Amino acid sequence: MSLIVDGVAKRFARFPALNGVSLSAEPGEFLALLGPSGSGKTTLLRVLAGLETPDSGKVLFEGEDFLALSARERRIGMVFQHYALFRHMTVARNIAFGLRARPARQRPPHRQIEETVERLLALVQLEGLGGRYPAQLSGGQQQRVALARALAIEPRMLLLDEPFGALDAKVRKELRQWLRRVHDETGVTTLFVTHDQEEAIDLADRVAILRNGLIEQIGTPEALEAAPASAFVFDFLGDSNRLPCRLQGDLAIFDGFAAPAVRGRDAGAGATTAWFRPHETSLGLGGAGLAVTISDILTRGSMIRVECRGSGGVLFEADYPRDALPTGLAPAVEARLAPRRVFVFAGEAPEATAAQASSC
Amino acid sequence: MRTSAPVRPSGPAWLLIAAALVWIALVIGLPLAAVFGEAFRKGAGAYVAALADPDALSAIKLTLEVAAIAVPLNALFGLAAAWAVAKFEFRGKTLLVSIIDIPFSMSPVISGLVWVLLFGANGWFGATLDGLGIRVIFNFTGILLATVLVTLPFVARELIPLMQEQGTDEESAAITLGAGGLRTFLQVTLPNVAWALLYGVLLCNARAMGEFGAVSVVSGHIRGLTNTMPLHVEVLYNDYDFVGAFAVATLLAGLALVTLAAKSALEWRFAGELAHGRR
Repeated sequence: MSLIVDGVAKRFARFPALNGVSLSAEPGEFLALLGPSGSGKTTLLRVLAGLETPDSGKVLFEGEDFLALSARERRIGMVFQHYALFRHMTVARNIAFGLRARPARQRPPHRQIEETVERLLALVQLEGLGGRYPAQLSGGQQQRVALARALAIEPRMLLLDEPFGALDAKVRKELRQWLRRVHDETGVTTLFVTHDQEEAIDLADRVAILRNGLIEQIGTPEALEAAPASAFVFDFLGDSNRLPCRLQGDLAIFDGFAAPAVRGRDAGAGATTAWFRPHETSLGLGGAGLAVTISDILTRGSMIRVECRGSGGVLFEADYPRDALPTGLAPAVEARLAPRRVFVFAGEAPEATAAQASSC
Repeated sequence: MRTSAPVRPSGPAWLLIAAALVWIALVIGLPLAAVFGEAFRKGAGAYVAALADPDALSAIKLTLEVAAIAVPLNALFGLAAAWAVAKFEFRGKTLLVSIIDIPFSMSPVISGLVWVLLFGANGWFGATLDGLGIRVIFNFTGILLATVLVTLPFVARELIPLMQEQGTDEESAAITLGAGGLRTFLQVTLPNVAWALLYGVLLCNARAMGEFGAVSVVSGHIRGLTNTMPLHVEVLYNDYDFVGAFAVATLLAGLALVTLAAKSALEWRFAGELAHGRR
């Protein structure tokens, strides 16, 4: 294990940010910390960087007690959401900052620093822009400079705090693939904070989902998709529909129809809520299923999303490949909706979630 | 940044602009003209002679000395206070900000009087200091203390909002890159506020040289010893030496004009810096 976080807790004046977080990362692993705002993911990252001191818990890195080291001794590359480039320094000076800041005896010679800067500029595909100032670059370019600056100190670990949060969607997608490539080239253990589930699933070897200062579940994107531990995880990982049901063995029984159920952690029997994805939802003009009225049909790239409303106005969504939309489906048409597969979780009272759903 | 296209003023707008110009001419232009007019009433020779008067020279020297000490002190204090307020979280922060503002909201006469109450002959520490042979009131030290107190907020007030807006991300980045506190301050924090600091120092200096009320209380108006330029103007005026009074006043007015020009130049420059910071 390269990084071990054990029971780390941190309280701020008004609220607890971390309630005892434990996780570990393999050398060279790319780990995403995913959660809504206020879940503690940024605080955890700042604790690892040494910018916050936890109230309790341990952080070990390659067997070394990290909490005994100050932020400047940890040699961690940190990338911030708003780049945090030194605005009055050129790109080259920004990248060289960490090397120049070293004590005289460990500082590489001038020539070598220049070579490192050139090599990193090439790595982040900004050759020839070393003389520019941060304000003269686009957001995406600035964030690449920030990454080069962090990599210059040959960090033992790379921490990224919502690095693409301030960029537009297209640039974000490009940088995502590019970051993965840089990670694979450098092989440095990387922790990445995001609230964008698509970004986390796309990029990371494993994803840790945080909620209220605790890790709700940690696993590979595939494992989280296949076996979400809680309704929170399921809901956070993608769009979801929900419907009250009765659980009998591995079957969810609805009003006149049924579907196979995947049971989450500690899911019991009896009345509960079934959760299902739009792409595992079928619509038909007749047959068994929940009576719904189609409200809208939207084209999204290669998919078609059908939005429909049940009794009481509850929204349901169904996805079809673009060329596979059943004939006869159109806005204002009455149809029957049925899930092909559902997930059920522990501690879910059906009434409460139904009320929640209708209020959304 | 949004820039709106210039709009041609309409009839009523012209009227307002004209009224504003007349008003400015009346309350700023006329007095300024009067100052220079009175100073040169008896010709350039009398003007130069009035300034070459030993008492006038001593007043100029005292004013420059006081400013040369008070301004760096408050620049240092302002920088330290702004740094603490903007970059750290601690108890009593709001109180500190309020305290920094007190000299702005308090009459300068009070800023002078408190030193008399503390160090005057009948003050709290007056007798003790007198025994040690130290004189604060009617002395250079008293004038300096009064000036420092009055000009305390200028630099801090200029820096706090800018530093707060800039946040601590750059400092955090510098520390994770291995920089120590001093390097972070000198290479990251200070360059980011350099123009605002200069701007604050300029305003602080203008006030330090021009302060009348607080200094008047502690100075004792001893000619050639404890008269600063503004006090010397008053003394000469009371002696019906109008040419002398207005000659010294032209120097103060000149200082105001130079400050104004430098301030405008900085604002022009500084606006760019701020736009930089907001990106």
